[in-house]
Amino acid sequence: MIISLILKKIRQAVTDLLPIILVIAFFQIVVLKQPLPHLGEVLFGALLVVAGLALFVQGLEMGLFPIGEAMAQALARKGSLFWLLFFAFALGFSTTVAEPALIAVAAEAAEIAGAGGLIDSSREALQQYAFGLRMVVAFSVGLAILIGVMRIIRGWPIHYLIIGGYVIVMLMTTIAPSEIIGIAYDAGGVTTSTITVPLVTALGVGLASTIRGRSPLLDGFGLIAFASLLPMIFVMGYGLLIFR
Amino acid sequence: MEFIADFSKLLLATCRDVLPIIILITVYQFLVLRQPIPHLRRLIVGGVYVIIGLALFLAGLDKALFPLGKIMAAQLSDPVFIYGADIMVSQADWKAYGWVYLFAAMIGFATTIAEPSLIAVAFKANEVSAGTISQWGLRITVAIGAAIGISLGTFRIVTGTPLYLYILVGYTIVIVQTFFAPKNIIPLAYDSGGVTTSTVTVPLVAALGLGLAASVPGRNPALDGFGLIAIVCLCPIITVMGYAQFMHWHSQRKK
Repeated sequence: MIISLILKKIRQAVTDLLPIILVIAFFQIVVLKQPLPHLGEVLFGALLVVAGLALFVQGLEMGLFPIGEAMAQALARKGSLFWLLFFAFALGFSTTVAEPALIAVAAEAAEIAGAGGLIDSSREALQQYAFGLRMVVAFSVGLAILIGVMRIIRGWPIHYLIIGGYVIVMLMTTIAPSEIIGIAYDAGGVTTSTITVPLVTALGVGLASTIRGRSPLLDGFGLIAFASLLPMIFVMGYGLLIFR
Repeated sequence: MEFIADFSKLLLATCRDVLPIIILITVYQFLVLRQPIPHLRRLIVGGVYVIIGLALFLAGLDKALFPLGKIMAAQLSDPVFIYGADIMVSQADWKAYGWVYLFAAMIGFATTIAEPSLIAVAFKANEVSAGTISQWGLRITVAIGAAIGISLGTFRIVTGTPLYLYILVGYTIVIVQTFFAPKNIIPLAYDSGGVTTSTVTVPLVAALGLGLAASVPGRNPALDGFGLIAIVCLCPIITVMGYAQFMHWHSQRKK
Protein backbone atom coordinates (compact mmCIF):
# COMPACT_ATOMS: atom_id res chain seq x y z
CA MET A 1 0.00 0.00 0.00
CA ILE A 2 2.65 2.49 1.11
CA ILE A 3 5.10 1.21 -1.48
CA SER A 4 2.61 1.67 -4.31
CA LEU A 5 1.95 5.21 -3.06
CA ILE A 6 5.67 6.01 -3.04
CA LEU A 7 6.06 4.52 -6.52
CA LYS A 8 3.20 6.66 -7.77
CA LYS A 9 4.79 9.84 -6.37
CA ILE A 10 8.13 8.95 -7.91
CA ARG A 11 6.55 8.21 -11.28
CA GLN A 12 4.86 11.60 -11.16
CA ALA A 13 8.15 13.31 -10.33
CA VAL A 14 9.90 11.56 -13.23
CA THR A 15 7.15 12.74 -15.60
CA ASP A 16 7.56 16.29 -14.27
CA LEU A 17 11.27 16.25 -14.99
CA LEU A 18 11.28 14.38 -18.29
CA PRO A 19 10.99 17.53 -20.48
CA ILE A 20 14.14 19.06 -18.96
CA ILE A 21 16.14 15.91 -19.58
CA LEU A 22 14.95 15.71 -23.20
CA VAL A 23 15.70 19.37 -23.93
CA ILE A 24 19.21 19.24 -22.44
CA ALA A 25 20.02 15.97 -24.20
CA PHE A 26 18.73 17.27 -27.55
CA PHE A 27 20.77 20.48 -27.46
CA GLN A 28 23.88 18.85 -26.09
CA ILE A 29 23.98 15.99 -28.57
CA VAL A 30 22.23 17.30 -31.71
CA VAL A 31 22.96 21.04 -31.71
CA LEU A 32 26.22 21.52 -29.82
CA LYS A 33 27.44 18.03 -30.80
CA GLN A 34 29.13 17.37 -27.48
CA PRO A 35 28.95 14.40 -25.12
CA LEU A 36 27.20 14.82 -21.78
CA PRO A 37 29.93 15.73 -19.26
CA HIS A 38 30.20 14.07 -15.82
CA LEU A 39 27.43 11.61 -16.64
CA GLY A 40 27.57 9.91 -13.24
CA GLU A 41 27.27 13.19 -11.36
CA VAL A 42 24.38 14.33 -13.54
CA LEU A 43 22.50 11.08 -13.00
CA PHE A 44 23.05 11.28 -9.24
CA GLY A 45 21.75 14.86 -9.29
CA ALA A 46 18.71 13.84 -11.31
CA LEU A 47 17.97 11.11 -8.76
CA LEU A 48 18.05 13.68 -5.95
CA VAL A 49 15.76 16.00 -7.91
CA VAL A 50 13.19 13.22 -8.42
CA ALA A 51 13.27 12.16 -4.75
CA GLY A 52 13.11 15.78 -3.59
CA LEU A 53 10.16 16.66 -5.80
CA ALA A 54 8.21 13.54 -4.72
CA LEU A 55 8.83 14.36 -1.06
CA PHE A 56 7.94 18.03 -1.55
CA VAL A 57 4.61 17.22 -3.21
CA GLN A 58 3.75 14.74 -0.44
CA GLY A 59 4.60 17.35 2.22
CA LEU A 60 2.54 19.93 0.36
CA GLU A 61 -0.61 17.83 0.69
CA MET A 62 0.10 16.79 4.27
CA GLY A 63 1.54 19.96 5.78
CA LEU A 64 1.72 23.20 3.86
CA PHE A 65 -1.81 23.33 2.41
CA PRO A 66 -3.58 22.22 5.63
CA ILE A 67 -1.58 24.73 7.71
CA GLY A 68 -2.51 27.60 5.39
CA GLU A 69 -6.17 26.61 5.39
CA ALA A 70 -6.30 25.99 9.14
CA MET A 71 -4.84 29.45 9.79
CA ALA A 72 -7.30 31.05 7.38
CA GLN A 73 -10.27 29.33 9.03
CA ALA A 74 -9.12 30.08 12.57
CA LEU A 75 -8.52 33.75 11.72
CA ALA A 76 -11.84 34.09 9.93
CA ARG A 77 -13.69 32.52 12.88
CA LYS A 78 -11.94 34.83 15.33
CA GLY A 79 -13.46 37.70 13.39
CA SER A 80 -10.83 40.31 14.15
CA LEU A 81 -10.02 42.22 10.97
CA PHE A 82 -6.92 43.79 12.50
CA TRP A 83 -5.25 40.49 13.41
CA LEU A 84 -6.12 38.97 10.04
CA LEU A 85 -4.65 41.89 8.10
CA PHE A 86 -1.62 41.97 10.40
CA PHE A 87 -1.07 38.26 9.70
CA ALA A 88 -1.33 38.88 5.96
CA PHE A 89 1.20 41.72 6.06
CA ALA A 90 3.63 39.87 8.34
CA LEU A 91 3.49 36.75 6.14
CA GLY A 92 4.35 38.73 3.00
CA PHE A 93 7.03 40.88 4.63
CA SER A 94 8.84 38.16 6.62
CA THR A 95 9.04 35.61 3.80
CA THR A 96 10.34 38.18 1.32
CA VAL A 97 12.87 40.16 3.33
CA ALA A 98 15.42 37.33 3.60
CA GLU A 99 14.71 35.75 0.19
CA PRO A 100 18.10 34.86 -1.40
CA ALA A 101 16.96 35.77 -4.92
CA LEU A 102 15.96 39.23 -3.71
CA ILE A 103 19.27 39.76 -1.86
CA ALA A 104 21.15 38.87 -5.06
CA VAL A 105 19.06 41.19 -7.24
CA ALA A 106 19.37 44.07 -4.75
CA ALA A 107 23.17 43.73 -4.61
CA GLU A 108 23.37 43.67 -8.39
CA ALA A 109 21.08 46.69 -8.67
CA ALA A 110 23.34 48.61 -6.27
CA GLU A 111 26.38 47.81 -8.46
CA ILE A 112 24.58 49.18 -11.51
CA ALA A 113 23.42 52.33 -9.76
CA GLY A 114 26.93 52.90 -8.38
CA ALA A 115 28.60 52.34 -11.76
CA GLY A 116 26.09 54.67 -13.41
CA GLY A 117 26.98 57.44 -10.96
CA LEU A 118 23.42 57.63 -9.64
CA ILE A 119 24.48 57.03 -6.06
CA ASP A 120 27.78 57.47 -4.29
CA SER A 121 29.86 54.41 -5.21
CA SER A 122 31.41 53.91 -1.77
CA ARG A 123 30.86 50.49 -0.21
CA GLU A 124 28.70 51.90 2.51
CA ALA A 125 26.41 53.78 0.12
CA LEU A 126 25.97 50.69 -2.04
CA GLN A 127 25.03 48.54 0.94
CA GLN A 128 22.62 51.15 2.19
CA TYR A 129 20.97 51.34 -1.23
CA ALA A 130 20.68 47.54 -1.53
CA PHE A 131 19.23 47.32 1.99
CA GLY A 132 16.70 50.05 1.20
CA LEU A 133 15.68 48.23 -1.96
CA ARG A 134 15.12 44.98 -0.05
CA MET A 135 13.01 46.74 2.57
CA VAL A 136 10.91 48.45 -0.09
CA VAL A 137 10.25 45.16 -1.90
CA ALA A 138 9.44 43.28 1.34
CA PHE A 139 7.12 46.08 2.49
CA SER A 140 5.33 46.10 -0.86
CA VAL A 141 4.83 42.32 -0.81
CA GLY A 142 3.39 42.57 2.71
CA LEU A 143 1.08 45.34 1.60
CA ALA A 144 0.12 43.32 -1.49
CA ILE A 145 -0.98 40.30 0.56
CA LEU A 146 -2.86 42.67 2.89
CA ILE A 147 -4.71 44.30 -0.03
CA GLY A 148 -5.39 40.86 -1.52
CA VAL A 149 -6.90 39.58 1.76
CA MET A 150 -8.96 42.77 2.06
CA ARG A 151 -10.25 42.10 -1.45
CA ILE A 152 -11.32 38.56 -0.51
CA ILE A 153 -13.18 39.85 2.58
CA ARG A 154 -14.96 42.64 0.75
CA GLY A 155 -15.45 40.71 -2.50
CA TRP A 156 -13.98 43.44 -4.73
CA PRO A 157 -13.59 42.32 -8.35
CA ILE A 158 -9.91 41.61 -8.99
CA HIS A 159 -9.59 42.98 -12.49
CA TYR A 160 -10.21 46.63 -11.59
CA LEU A 161 -7.43 46.50 -9.00
CA ILE A 162 -4.95 44.73 -11.29
CA ILE A 163 -5.71 46.89 -14.32
CA GLY A 164 -5.42 49.99 -12.10
CA GLY A 165 -2.02 48.66 -11.02
CA TYR A 166 -0.96 48.16 -14.65
CA VAL A 167 -1.91 51.77 -15.46
CA ILE A 168 0.15 53.03 -12.49
CA VAL A 169 3.12 50.89 -13.61
CA MET A 170 2.97 52.35 -17.12
CA LEU A 171 2.61 55.93 -15.87
CA MET A 172 5.54 55.53 -13.48
CA THR A 173 7.67 54.03 -16.25
CA THR A 174 7.47 57.34 -18.12
CA ILE A 175 8.92 59.32 -15.19
CA ALA A 176 11.18 56.77 -13.42
CA PRO A 177 14.95 56.83 -14.10
CA SER A 178 15.81 54.26 -16.80
CA GLU A 179 18.40 52.47 -14.58
CA ILE A 180 15.69 51.32 -12.17
CA ILE A 181 12.99 50.23 -14.64
CA GLY A 182 14.43 46.80 -15.56
CA ILE A 183 15.12 46.01 -11.90
CA ALA A 184 11.65 47.16 -10.87
CA TYR A 185 9.99 44.97 -13.51
CA ASP A 186 12.00 41.92 -12.44
CA ALA A 187 11.45 42.59 -8.71
CA GLY A 188 7.85 41.48 -9.18
CA GLY A 189 8.89 38.03 -10.37
CA VAL A 190 11.65 37.14 -7.93
CA THR A 191 9.69 37.70 -4.74
CA THR A 192 7.40 34.69 -4.78
CA SER A 193 9.30 31.69 -3.39
CA THR A 194 8.42 28.01 -3.53
CA ILE A 195 7.25 27.84 0.08
CA THR A 196 5.39 31.16 0.08
CA VAL A 197 3.28 30.37 -3.01
CA PRO A 198 1.50 27.24 -1.66
CA LEU A 199 1.00 28.84 1.76
CA VAL A 200 -0.43 32.08 0.34
CA THR A 201 -2.64 30.14 -2.10
CA ALA A 202 -3.99 27.98 0.74
CA LEU A 203 -4.61 31.11 2.83
CA GLY A 204 -6.60 32.76 0.03
CA VAL A 205 -8.63 29.65 -0.83
CA GLY A 206 -9.21 28.93 2.89
CA LEU A 207 -10.51 32.45 3.50
CA ALA A 208 -12.72 32.44 0.43
CA SER A 209 -14.30 29.11 1.37
CA THR A 210 -14.88 30.15 5.01
CA ILE A 211 -16.38 33.60 4.41
CA ARG A 212 -20.00 33.37 3.31
CA GLY A 213 -20.78 34.54 -0.21
CA ARG A 214 -17.23 34.13 -1.55
CA SER A 215 -16.32 31.57 -4.20
CA PRO A 216 -12.94 29.85 -3.72
CA LEU A 217 -12.18 29.94 -7.43
CA LEU A 218 -13.29 33.52 -8.05
CA ASP A 219 -12.04 35.09 -4.81
CA GLY A 220 -9.50 32.63 -3.42
CA PHE A 221 -6.86 33.13 -6.10
CA GLY A 222 -5.20 36.42 -6.94
CA LEU A 223 -2.99 37.02 -3.89
CA ILE A 224 0.17 36.14 -5.83
CA ALA A 225 -0.88 38.49 -8.63
CA PHE A 226 -0.84 41.42 -6.18
CA ALA A 227 2.50 40.24 -4.78
CA SER A 228 4.08 40.38 -8.23
CA LEU A 229 2.52 43.73 -9.18
CA LEU A 230 3.05 45.99 -6.17
CA PRO A 231 6.86 45.61 -5.94
CA MET A 232 7.16 47.08 -9.45
CA ILE A 233 5.33 50.24 -8.39
CA PHE A 234 7.20 50.61 -5.11
CA VAL A 235 10.68 49.99 -6.57
CA MET A 236 10.09 52.65 -9.23
CA GLY A 237 8.90 54.97 -6.48
CA TYR A 238 12.08 54.20 -4.53
CA GLY A 239 14.14 55.07 -7.61
CA LEU A 240 12.32 58.37 -8.04
CA LEU A 241 12.89 59.23 -4.41
CA ILE A 242 16.58 58.25 -4.23
CA PHE A 243 17.90 59.48 -7.58
CA ARG A 244 17.34 63.20 -7.05
CA MET B 1 31.79 14.29 1.96
CA GLU B 2 31.70 17.43 -0.12
CA PHE B 3 28.17 16.59 -1.13
CA ILE B 4 27.04 16.19 2.47
CA ALA B 5 28.44 19.63 3.27
CA ASP B 6 26.62 21.15 0.28
CA PHE B 7 23.40 19.42 1.21
CA SER B 8 23.50 20.55 4.84
CA LYS B 9 24.11 24.10 3.64
CA LEU B 10 20.98 23.92 1.46
CA LEU B 11 19.00 22.29 4.24
CA LEU B 12 20.00 25.12 6.57
CA ALA B 13 19.06 27.72 3.94
CA THR B 14 15.63 26.12 3.44
CA CYS B 15 15.09 26.06 7.22
CA ARG B 16 15.97 29.76 7.32
CA ASP B 17 13.36 30.42 4.62
CA VAL B 18 10.73 28.60 6.65
CA LEU B 19 11.74 30.09 10.00
CA PRO B 20 9.74 33.35 9.70
CA ILE B 21 6.62 31.34 8.78
CA ILE B 22 7.05 29.03 11.78
CA ILE B 23 7.60 31.98 14.15
CA LEU B 24 4.58 33.84 12.77
CA ILE B 25 2.25 30.84 13.05
CA THR B 26 3.49 29.92 16.55
CA VAL B 27 3.10 33.48 17.84
CA TYR B 28 -0.41 33.61 16.41
CA GLN B 29 -1.34 30.26 17.96
CA PHE B 30 -0.21 31.29 21.43
CA LEU B 31 -1.09 34.99 21.54
CA VAL B 32 -3.98 35.57 19.15
CA LEU B 33 -5.89 32.38 18.36
CA ARG B 34 -5.18 30.50 21.63
CA GLN B 35 -6.60 27.18 20.50
CA PRO B 36 -4.97 23.85 19.68
CA ILE B 37 -4.18 23.04 16.05
CA PRO B 38 -5.94 19.90 14.80
CA HIS B 39 -3.75 17.06 13.42
CA LEU B 40 -0.62 18.83 14.65
CA ARG B 41 1.63 15.78 14.24
CA ARG B 42 0.63 15.24 10.64
CA LEU B 43 1.23 18.91 9.87
CA ILE B 44 4.70 18.82 11.38
CA VAL B 45 5.62 15.66 9.45
CA GLY B 46 4.33 17.32 6.26
CA GLY B 47 6.38 20.44 6.99
CA VAL B 48 9.52 18.36 7.50
CA TYR B 49 8.85 16.58 4.17
CA VAL B 50 8.57 19.94 2.44
CA ILE B 51 11.88 21.19 3.87
CA ILE B 52 13.86 18.00 3.17
CA GLY B 53 12.22 17.57 -0.24
CA LEU B 54 13.03 21.12 -1.31
CA ALA B 55 16.63 20.85 -0.08
CA LEU B 56 17.12 17.56 -1.99
CA PHE B 57 15.51 19.10 -5.07
CA LEU B 58 17.82 22.14 -4.96
CA ALA B 59 20.91 20.00 -4.26
CA GLY B 60 20.08 17.85 -7.29
CA LEU B 61 19.53 20.90 -9.48
CA ASP B 62 22.87 22.35 -8.35
CA LYS B 63 24.58 19.09 -9.20
CA ALA B 64 22.93 18.16 -12.46
CA LEU B 65 20.89 20.83 -14.16
CA PHE B 66 22.28 24.26 -13.32
CA PRO B 67 25.95 23.73 -14.32
CA LEU B 68 24.94 22.04 -17.58
CA GLY B 69 22.23 24.58 -18.39
CA LYS B 70 24.53 27.50 -17.73
CA ILE B 71 27.33 26.06 -19.86
CA MET B 72 24.85 25.43 -22.68
CA ALA B 73 23.43 28.94 -22.45
CA ALA B 74 26.95 30.34 -22.72
CA GLN B 75 27.89 28.06 -25.64
CA LEU B 76 24.74 28.81 -27.62
CA SER B 77 25.11 32.58 -27.24
CA ASP B 78 28.83 32.51 -28.03
CA PRO B 79 29.50 34.58 -31.22
CA VAL B 80 31.87 31.85 -32.48
CA PHE B 81 28.99 29.32 -32.47
CA ILE B 82 26.57 31.79 -34.03
CA TYR B 83 28.62 33.56 -36.68
CA GLY B 84 31.49 31.10 -37.24
CA ALA B 85 35.07 31.41 -36.10
CA ASP B 86 36.58 33.94 -38.51
CA ILE B 87 33.88 36.56 -38.75
CA MET B 88 34.04 39.67 -36.59
CA VAL B 89 30.69 41.33 -36.05
CA SER B 90 30.02 44.75 -34.61
CA GLN B 91 26.25 44.71 -35.14
CA ALA B 92 24.09 41.83 -33.93
CA ASP B 93 22.06 40.14 -36.66
CA TRP B 94 18.86 38.96 -35.00
CA LYS B 95 18.27 36.30 -37.65
CA ALA B 96 21.46 34.45 -36.66
CA TYR B 97 20.19 33.54 -33.21
CA GLY B 98 17.60 30.90 -34.17
CA TRP B 99 19.04 28.21 -31.93
CA VAL B 100 19.05 30.63 -28.99
CA TYR B 101 15.34 31.41 -29.39
CA LEU B 102 14.53 27.70 -29.71
CA PHE B 103 16.66 26.77 -26.69
CA ALA B 104 15.06 29.58 -24.68
CA ALA B 105 11.55 28.40 -25.56
CA MET B 106 12.22 24.73 -24.91
CA ILE B 107 14.13 25.17 -21.66
CA GLY B 108 11.46 27.65 -20.51
CA PHE B 109 8.73 25.11 -21.19
CA ALA B 110 10.63 22.26 -19.52
CA THR B 111 11.62 24.15 -16.36
CA THR B 112 8.13 25.56 -15.91
CA ILE B 113 6.63 22.04 -16.02
CA ALA B 114 9.00 21.06 -13.16
CA GLU B 115 8.37 24.23 -11.13
CA PRO B 116 7.14 23.17 -7.63
CA SER B 117 5.14 26.41 -7.09
CA LEU B 118 3.17 25.77 -10.26
CA ILE B 119 2.55 22.14 -9.26
CA ALA B 120 1.11 23.46 -5.98
CA VAL B 121 -1.14 26.07 -7.60
CA ALA B 122 -2.36 23.60 -10.26
CA PHE B 123 -3.19 21.07 -7.53
CA LYS B 124 -5.21 23.66 -5.61
CA ALA B 125 -6.98 24.96 -8.73
CA ASN B 126 -7.99 21.42 -9.67
CA GLU B 127 -9.34 20.76 -6.17
CA VAL B 128 -11.23 24.07 -5.89
CA SER B 129 -12.79 23.85 -9.37
CA ALA B 130 -14.02 20.31 -8.60
CA GLY B 131 -11.94 18.95 -11.46
CA THR B 132 -13.02 21.28 -14.26
CA ILE B 133 -9.52 22.79 -14.40
CA SER B 134 -7.13 19.93 -15.12
CA GLN B 135 -3.70 20.04 -13.49
CA TRP B 136 -1.81 19.14 -16.64
CA GLY B 137 -3.95 21.45 -18.78
CA LEU B 138 -3.07 24.42 -16.59
CA ARG B 139 0.59 23.49 -16.27
CA ILE B 140 1.08 22.99 -20.00
CA THR B 141 -0.74 26.23 -20.83
CA VAL B 142 1.41 28.17 -18.34
CA ALA B 143 4.56 26.46 -19.64
CA ILE B 144 3.70 27.44 -23.23
CA GLY B 145 3.29 31.03 -22.01
CA ALA B 146 6.65 30.92 -20.26
CA ALA B 147 8.27 29.43 -23.39
CA ILE B 148 6.94 32.29 -25.54
CA GLY B 149 7.99 34.80 -22.88
CA ILE B 150 11.59 33.60 -22.60
CA SER B 151 11.94 33.38 -26.36
CA LEU B 152 10.58 36.91 -26.73
CA GLY B 153 12.85 38.11 -23.93
CA THR B 154 15.98 36.75 -25.63
CA PHE B 155 14.82 38.32 -28.90
CA ARG B 156 14.55 41.64 -27.06
CA ILE B 157 18.11 41.34 -25.72
CA VAL B 158 19.47 40.46 -29.18
CA THR B 159 17.69 43.35 -30.91
CA GLY B 160 18.08 45.80 -28.01
CA THR B 161 14.53 47.08 -28.32
CA PRO B 162 13.22 48.92 -25.23
CA LEU B 163 11.67 46.75 -22.52
CA TYR B 164 8.72 49.01 -21.76
CA LEU B 165 7.31 48.50 -25.27
CA TYR B 166 6.96 44.74 -24.64
CA ILE B 167 5.40 45.32 -21.24
CA LEU B 168 3.02 47.96 -22.63
CA VAL B 169 1.83 45.65 -25.43
CA GLY B 170 1.53 42.74 -22.99
CA TYR B 171 -0.53 44.76 -20.52
CA THR B 172 -2.81 45.99 -23.29
CA ILE B 173 -3.46 42.40 -24.44
CA VAL B 174 -4.16 41.30 -20.83
CA ILE B 175 -6.58 44.21 -20.27
CA VAL B 176 -8.50 43.51 -23.49
CA GLN B 177 -8.64 39.75 -22.73
CA THR B 178 -9.90 40.42 -19.20
CA PHE B 179 -13.14 41.82 -20.61
CA PHE B 180 -13.80 38.79 -22.80
CA ALA B 181 -12.42 35.83 -20.82
CA PRO B 182 -14.71 33.65 -18.63
CA LYS B 183 -14.92 35.34 -15.19
CA ASN B 184 -13.81 32.42 -13.07
CA ILE B 185 -10.44 31.95 -14.80
CA ILE B 186 -9.28 35.57 -14.36
CA PRO B 187 -7.84 35.42 -10.79
CA LEU B 188 -6.06 32.14 -11.57
CA ALA B 189 -4.67 33.59 -14.82
CA TYR B 190 -3.29 36.64 -13.00
CA ASP B 191 -1.66 34.37 -10.41
CA SER B 192 -0.05 32.12 -13.02
CA GLY B 193 2.32 34.92 -14.00
CA GLY B 194 3.96 35.05 -10.58
CA VAL B 195 4.29 31.30 -10.03
CA THR B 196 6.22 30.63 -13.23
CA THR B 197 9.37 32.35 -12.08
CA SER B 198 10.64 30.38 -9.13
CA THR B 199 13.31 27.93 -8.04
CA VAL B 200 14.01 26.16 -11.33
CA THR B 201 13.31 28.78 -13.97
CA VAL B 202 14.93 31.93 -12.56
CA PRO B 203 18.56 30.73 -12.28
CA LEU B 204 18.57 29.32 -15.83
CA VAL B 205 16.75 32.28 -17.35
CA ALA B 206 19.03 34.74 -15.56
CA ALA B 207 22.10 32.86 -16.82
CA LEU B 208 20.77 32.92 -20.37
CA GLY B 209 19.91 36.64 -20.15
CA LEU B 210 23.24 37.70 -18.67
CA GLY B 211 25.16 35.44 -21.08
CA LEU B 212 23.39 36.96 -24.07
CA ALA B 213 23.68 40.54 -22.82
CA ALA B 214 27.43 40.00 -22.32
CA SER B 215 28.12 38.31 -25.67
CA VAL B 216 25.79 40.04 -28.16
CA PRO B 217 27.71 42.94 -29.72
CA GLY B 218 26.47 46.33 -28.56
CA ARG B 219 24.61 45.17 -25.43
CA ASN B 220 25.33 46.23 -21.89
CA PRO B 221 24.98 43.31 -19.42
CA ALA B 222 24.16 45.70 -16.57
CA LEU B 223 21.16 47.18 -18.34
CA ASP B 224 19.99 44.65 -20.94
CA GLY B 225 20.30 41.57 -18.70
CA PHE B 226 17.30 42.68 -16.68
CA GLY B 227 13.72 42.48 -17.86
CA LEU B 228 13.66 38.85 -18.99
CA ILE B 229 11.82 37.72 -15.85
CA ALA B 230 9.22 40.48 -16.29
CA ILE B 231 8.33 39.28 -19.80
CA VAL B 232 8.24 35.66 -18.60
CA CYS B 233 5.76 36.70 -15.88
CA LEU B 234 3.46 38.36 -18.37
CA CYS B 235 3.01 35.77 -21.13
CA PRO B 236 1.41 32.94 -19.07
CA ILE B 237 -1.40 35.34 -18.08
CA ILE B 238 -2.17 35.79 -21.78
CA THR B 239 -2.01 32.07 -22.67
CA VAL B 240 -4.13 30.96 -19.68
CA MET B 241 -6.88 33.46 -20.50
CA GLY B 242 -6.55 32.65 -24.19
CA TYR B 243 -6.95 28.92 -23.53
CA ALA B 244 -10.03 29.55 -21.36
CA GLN B 245 -11.50 31.77 -24.08
CA PHE B 246 -10.84 29.12 -26.70
CA MET B 247 -12.48 26.37 -24.61
CA HIS B 248 -15.46 28.63 -23.92
CA TRP B 249 -15.87 29.46 -27.62
CA HIS B 250 -15.42 25.82 -28.55
CA SER B 251 -18.13 24.57 -26.16
CA GLN B 252 -20.52 27.33 -27.31
CA ARG B 253 -20.08 26.37 -30.93
CA LYS B 254 -20.81 22.73 -30.23
CA LYS B 255 -24.20 23.52 -28.73
